[in-house]
Amino acid sequence: MGNKLTRNLYMIPYSLWIVLFVIAPIMLVLYYSFFDIEGNFSLINYQKFFTPVYLKMTLSSFWYAFLITLISLLFAYPTAYLLTKTKHKQLWLLLIIVPSWVNLLLKAYAFIGIFGQYGMANSLLEMIGIGSRQILFTDFSFIFVAVYIFIPFMILPIFNALNELNPSLLDAANDLGASKWTAFRRVIFPLTIDGVKSGCQIVFIPALSLFMLTRLIAGNRVITLGTAIEQHFLVTQDWGMGATIAVFLIIAMFFIMFLTRDRKRGV
Amino acid sequence: MHHKSTPTAKIFLFIIFAILYTPIFFLIFYSFNSGGTMSHFEGFTLDWYKELFHDTRLFIIVLNTLVIALLSSLIATIIGVFGALSIHAYKKRMKNTLLSLNNVLIVSPDVIIGASFLILFTFAGIKLGFYSVLLSHIAFSIPIVVLLVLPKLMEMSPSLVDAAKDLGASNWNVLTKVVLPYITPGIFAGFFMALTYSLDDFAVTFFVTGNGFSTLSVEIYSLARQGISLNINALSAVLFVVTILLVIVYYFITQRTNMKGVGIRK
Repeated sequence: MGNKLTRNLYMIPYSLWIVLFVIAPIMLVLYYSFFDIEGNFSLINYQKFFTPVYLKMTLSSFWYAFLITLISLLFAYPTAYLLTKTKHKQLWLLLIIVPSWVNLLLKAYAFIGIFGQYGMANSLLEMIGIGSRQILFTDFSFIFVAVYIFIPFMILPIFNALNELNPSLLDAANDLGASKWTAFRRVIFPLTIDGVKSGCQIVFIPALSLFMLTRLIAGNRVITLGTAIEQHFLVTQDWGMGATIAVFLIIAMFFIMFLTRDRKRGV
Repeated sequence: MHHKSTPTAKIFLFIIFAILYTPIFFLIFYSFNSGGTMSHFEGFTLDWYKELFHDTRLFIIVLNTLVIALLSSLIATIIGVFGALSIHAYKKRMKNTLLSLNNVLIVSPDVIIGASFLILFTFAGIKLGFYSVLLSHIAFSIPIVVLLVLPKLMEMSPSLVDAAKDLGASNWNVLTKVVLPYITPGIFAGFFMALTYSLDDFAVTFFVTGNGFSTLSVEIYSLARQGISLNINALSAVLFVVTILLVIVYYFITQRTNMKGVGIRK
């Protein structure tokens, strides 16, 4: 069949890509995780990973990612909801997305200025009479900037889900005597849960690996899994340990994808 | 059913927008500061812009970034379109397997992609520099193109292809005269999305860039680590203006095509 032949021809570059850039890198990460810093085959990296130092780092990394996701969601949901009620909603949505096109590092750099010793945030605090304090290089600044960077990606899927919601369902809930809160809890939220899920997935996984923010904003006070991987690969050159942490991050990633997977659609 | 938005709602939205835009305007504001810091505005100056436009090193880096972005999105679009076509031709089970493999790089954190590509290039003996960055950008853009082209293919009625075949079109003709024109919007969306990803990427490039070669994100990172320098502010102002212009152009193009689309359907 000619059809099959052309299909196989189309397939060549794409399957090469799958083999070389999807499967091979994961295999290589796994392979490298079994070598110590001198290049000898060993399980020492895995032993090291299960010591309190690394376990604590993993836990705190998950904790920060969880906080970042939760706070983004708490702000993104009402924002998305209110956006769907505005007149020119597509234009407003575009205005939400525009900041996400500004280079992430420029935004981080802006916060170095805003949160700095004599920065805008501190002058504001002095004006209200609280007085200036150390903001940069704290947990607060790290979480704030991370939420700032991720919130458009959380708003977008929730907005889309809310926008597709059939308004007559709300009318029905209203007519049947549901209070606003009940309508939200029983109708709106369950119907937009897919948007929430994909928003959480888009935010949580990158939040585990934000090494540039921990370096620039948190001043190495917060060490995430991403920071540790970067450290091992580019600074201490201990690729084996870096690869081991990467293996666990990959496992976490598949687990999260499994949790937030879309059950209805199989494509 | 449109509720009038309450004042609280308006204030909430206002605060969100204010927070979203403050850092950007903050950067731009201090790019005109003759004082050289981001905390005390001394006087108006355009010196930082002058310095920026005379910085040939930075100019080369901007060129590098653009070349990488355009080249990688172009190649990724070609491979991605063929990938989408072949995925589309498979039966359900194989299709799902391929799609899961396709999505691995989309959901992977950048650090993982960067670290694993670094291992890959070292393993394969590819020198870090232009080609390693280009290959990485092609690699992480392909799945995005596939994801944006595939829905268009699914939406296309198979009878279009059957009709073309009955009328004696060769496979090549079916592809170029029927399928490709139909999925063109998806192809463009994929290309532009790949472009955005490439221009925006920092982490992957940071891992595979080596010493001699740099893109804008990597350069900003190393400048920002050294502390505040208002060149970066001037640079961000220029980039922001370019972004806004692109957004306006994009907005008008989509508005026009939307109207055209409606016109055809009616």
